[in-house]
Amino acid sequence: MTHVEIPVRVARIEMVADRIKSVRLMRTDGLPLPAFSAGSHVLVHLRAGSRTIKNPYSLAGPLHDTSWYEIAVLKAENSRGGSRFVHEQLHEGAQITISPPVSLFSLDLRARKHLLIAGGIGITPIMSMAAQLSELGAPFELHYCTRTHASGAYLDALKEAYGSRLHHYESARARRIDIERLLPQQPLGTHLYICGPQAMIEDVMRQARDAGWPTQHLHAEHFAAPSGGHPFDVKLLKSGRTIHVKEDESILQSLEDAGLTPPYLCRGGACGQCETSVASCDGSILHFDHYLSDEEKQAGNKIMICVSRLKGSRITLDL
Amino acid sequence: MNREFKKETFRDDYTFFNSPHSIRRFPFPFWEDKYMYSVNIEPHTKGPAGSVYEFPIDINEHYVAEMEDRAIVLKEDPLRCQALPHMMLAQWDFLELLMTSMARDYPQWFSLTAEGSRWHWINRPLGIDQKFTFGDVGTLPCEPMEFIGRQCQGDFSLQDQRDGQLWMDAGIVTTQADWSLDFDVGMNFMEWHGPVPLAHDMRVFDRALKFLLNLQIGQPARRLNWTMTVNPRLDTSPENYTKWGADRATVTPENVGDKVHLRVELQALWRLPRSNAVLFSIRGYLIKMSELVTVPKWGRRMHRVLKSLPQELVDYKGITRYRDTTIEWLSKYDDGLPTSPGGAPD
Amino acid sequence: MLVAGIKSRPLYPGFAPDRHCREHVFAIDGEGAQAVLDLFAAHGAQLSGRMTIVFADAAAGKSEYAARLDQLPVDVVHRMPTLGTAMQRLRAVLKASRMGTRIYAAGSETLIGLTVQIAQELGMDPQSVMTEHRGTLARRVQCVHCKGFTDNARTNIIQCAHCHANLLVRDHYSRRLAAFQGVCVDAEAPGELPEIVEIFK
Repeated sequence: MTHVEIPVRVARIEMVADRIKSVRLMRTDGLPLPAFSAGSHVLVHLRAGSRTIKNPYSLAGPLHDTSWYEIAVLKAENSRGGSRFVHEQLHEGAQITISPPVSLFSLDLRARKHLLIAGGIGITPIMSMAAQLSELGAPFELHYCTRTHASGAYLDALKEAYGSRLHHYESARARRIDIERLLPQQPLGTHLYICGPQAMIEDVMRQARDAGWPTQHLHAEHFAAPSGGHPFDVKLLKSGRTIHVKEDESILQSLEDAGLTPPYLCRGGACGQCETSVASCDGSILHFDHYLSDEEKQAGNKIMICVSRLKGSRITLDL
Repeated sequence: MNREFKKETFRDDYTFFNSPHSIRRFPFPFWEDKYMYSVNIEPHTKGPAGSVYEFPIDINEHYVAEMEDRAIVLKEDPLRCQALPHMMLAQWDFLELLMTSMARDYPQWFSLTAEGSRWHWINRPLGIDQKFTFGDVGTLPCEPMEFIGRQCQGDFSLQDQRDGQLWMDAGIVTTQADWSLDFDVGMNFMEWHGPVPLAHDMRVFDRALKFLLNLQIGQPARRLNWTMTVNPRLDTSPENYTKWGADRATVTPENVGDKVHLRVELQALWRLPRSNAVLFSIRGYLIKMSELVTVPKWGRRMHRVLKSLPQELVDYKGITRYRDTTIEWLSKYDDGLPTSPGGAPD
Repeated sequence: MLVAGIKSRPLYPGFAPDRHCREHVFAIDGEGAQAVLDLFAAHGAQLSGRMTIVFADAAAGKSEYAARLDQLPVDVVHRMPTLGTAMQRLRAVLKASRMGTRIYAAGSETLIGLTVQIAQELGMDPQSVMTEHRGTLARRVQCVHCKGFTDNARTNIIQCAHCHANLLVRDHYSRRLAAFQGVCVDAEAPGELPEIVEIFK
């Protein structure tokens, strides 16, 4: 597929919470940006020195005024560069490019009610969903978990917009979401949507399945931030080349730095586009994606190169 | 462009015919002298000027007459236009795509001005002047899909993307080649293609679905499909099969040129922005055999394709009763000379 | 000349106990009752919480099933005289239900189809309904021409109960309508019918 790049400039950057910056983007040619589906994200292309980092960020809004997009970036502890770059180097006026919106986490409008759950920076796609539901007049509740009040981006704006439909929980004050009580209260036909830290998503999804919710009614924004790890080599079966994957770069990123253009879409381990066949490896594959089935992960002959890594020294890919 | 819209009918007295211009630009679907299914999808990009691919939405000399025929069909059978309740957002996406395309590419006929969500649409050929608020159904005389669907050539279906599948949850379908919207609404991709022979075994649908699930905004795709019809009848729906079915037995060696039509569907697929739905347009083009053979390459190839068509496809496309008579008639235009690859005339 | 041997057909995987749900609602007709009895016999211990059975009992209590169902450890058995009244009762039961309810449908294809319709109406994904086919294969057919429904089709060709067209009963099935498609079989050559065979017993 062709990768379209939309030239934009950074119109505004501001701290909206502890360690969270919101970034407002507008097209450099002044035209409106494409309308998007609630829950969508864009890939933001950041030039950091000689590398181009392409990271996915959910569109927090706005749904109806597409003269600009807003994303929010959390300064991550072990950032491979993307969030650190945004927090320390990106400035107002900077010209960058973004991909058109991609929708991998979306509303099921057949639902009789929507239960939205956000943890920390996971609020970004969730709030665009709330905006869409509010506009459609569809019943919903928004449950927002943050560590403290100050760490919750957009908290005041959300309270004002949604009133009693918003429930906020501050873990630092020992107020946590009571999923176990919340789940059985929902009317038949409710759909649940969650975005947040991996552990939170796993916990909520497990509890929902244990409470008898069918999988078709459960939706999670599975964005694995590609994590770093030990370096290793990638041998390409077809060209014979060997490429070194550094500790803070994904396989996909390393191949791109070497001039290759493997297929990709979400760069977050969710969509399946970058699935690559493994010819051999010494060691074991660390599957950090949410796309391959458990059997496929066990079999070890496929790897999602945008997020997964090798525990070992060399992996040979059918590229 | 100062072409007049033709006054013609697609039923009863069947006065439809193509101008020489329409014949030349007809999307002849056969690239070689035989036919088999393939996932023949390509990007829906701007084609040569004057061709049916020039613009994403093609409006031609048959526009007004086709819209009149649509209005008759809908009056008699409102179930040809249906949208499940959750598809309203997709309907608005659809309206936006059609209006912006038509106004941009045919400014002599259509205009669209927007101030925020206050839109003003003018359709000169059909005499429509409508102000409305985008997103507010109450400001249109009917739902958005029906409103704009009644003003654009071709059938349309809106497909919801969920659970790794596409679901045909809305559509306006009055020129179909023998399938029922009322019956198929709510089905997924595999289910509504259920009746098509052979293609399932060839995994054509698995590959097509995988492609469509990853369709991106701003990157539409297209393909051609084809069948044959006796008389230039657009409404060859199963609902009205008892009205047109018997026509298949009325083909004689003398009337093939006038009665037997090649019917090509230019199918295009777009990702819709707000709803994330997929828009599927089925734009039909008809050409009678006597018009088709005015392009020598097409006369030769049509003969060869029909002769070699597998029986399952012959039956599925409903050609069984008049295939041999048509082949016999076409044989006069096949001198055995080689034909160039691709569908365009030489 | 219509083509036979078409692929689109629903599958009914059969009941399995749902250990997670706290409410279970069973919609059954005819021999579908046996599916419920079998489930309880084999897996009753794994089912917990509130259990409701809605039984479209055309035999009005005189079949063996009514008595045996009454003996199951369920909260209530609604025995209704017709499919239509059973569906009304089912809708009323489900309207009060919460997430964590499993819906089961067993019996004729028509009962299964109508139950899934109601589940969808209430916002439940059709795949979440557990289905098991028991008993007759007779089909509910929608005439594509007059849109009328004809029940209990047992042969490949039937006469539409409304417009009297001779219809080929196709394998093409609509979950939304809970019916198979019927298309006029002699439109091209009126009166010429293929052999009529009883195939949906």
